[in-house]
Amino acid sequence: MSRLAACVLGICLVLPVWAATTDSKPFDSPQQAQTYHDATAVLRCPKCQDISIADSDAMIAADMRNRVYQLVREGKTKQQVVQYMVERYGEFVNYDPPLTPSTLLLWAGPLLCLVAGGIIIAMQGRRRRRRSNPGLSSLEQERLRNLLKTNESGEQK
Amino acid sequence: MKRKVLFIPLVVFALLVAAFMFQLHRNMQGDDPDTLESALIGKPVPPFQLPALFDDGQQVTQQVLHTGKPLLLNVWGTWCPTCRAEHEYLRSLAGTGITIIGVNYKDDREKARHWLTTLGNPYAIDLFDANGTLALNIGVYGAPETFLIDGQGIIRYRHVGAMTAEVWRNEFAARWDALTRGGAQ
Repeated sequence: MSRLAACVLGICLVLPVWAATTDSKPFDSPQQAQTYHDATAVLRCPKCQDISIADSDAMIAADMRNRVYQLVREGKTKQQVVQYMVERYGEFVNYDPPLTPSTLLLWAGPLLCLVAGGIIIAMQGRRRRRRSNPGLSSLEQERLRNLLKTNESGEQK
Repeated sequence: MKRKVLFIPLVVFALLVAAFMFQLHRNMQGDDPDTLESALIGKPVPPFQLPALFDDGQQVTQQVLHTGKPLLLNVWGTWCPTCRAEHEYLRSLAGTGITIIGVNYKDDREKARHWLTTLGNPYAIDLFDANGTLALNIGVYGAPETFLIDGQGIIRYRHVGAMTAEVWRNEFAARWDALTRGGAQ
């Protein structure tokens, strides 16, 4: 029984791989196949938005894959293929946007958050340290002196 | 000091509520967050060569766009329910003298012909884009989409989704009038 379950599980695990490879197209060289693979992984499906065209079943994703295939067969590089799609669909389709003034916040945002968080933590740490050793006010110091004095005189008795 | 700090989450929450309400209100006005920027506005329609829908022997190129007058380019398919919904309005637009070029997108030629003969044909020219070649070149990612093209074949505006009287009034009418005036000069 458990062997059967393992078998079914195994088939289920392998199915996605098999499904992915049925889409494979013949290439002139392994480099072309790699370019095709890289380009479709970095291009975002304009219809389904949160998925690359390599992973999407949408009609437009299939059309875009076919176009990428044509372009790669024509000898275009990954960069040229991505540029080709950006010219038609806008920067939106590029999962790896270049660093330009308009995308500066996108790239610098996480770093800014990290720096801001670090500053807040550092400031709180300093405040806490100050609070844990606040020192005595002049009034308290006088009281302490008086206490010590009475204590000393008490011991002498 | 400590009291004021306690109010920070409330202020952040209030700001978030304001931001969400602002965007939801805009969505209600028809602002669709799924709509992509159009990369091709201000650029010419790329060269194409497609067969006519009703005559496979006839090839149509981008030359049909260079009429000196503005026109609409509507991408549609019989498989697309929204296209059915906008069809009547497109016919009434065509009735007012607006030239519309129809791009039948990834469709069955027979079905498309049947659709136009039974429902009426709003298109001055019918193109048959079986593989979506032209559509991909102008950044179409669904249907229907409607492009406003000036007399020189340059894309001036693009609308994703159904064409309605409201869309025409709010997004197209002023641009169309400006282009018609410009073309007459």
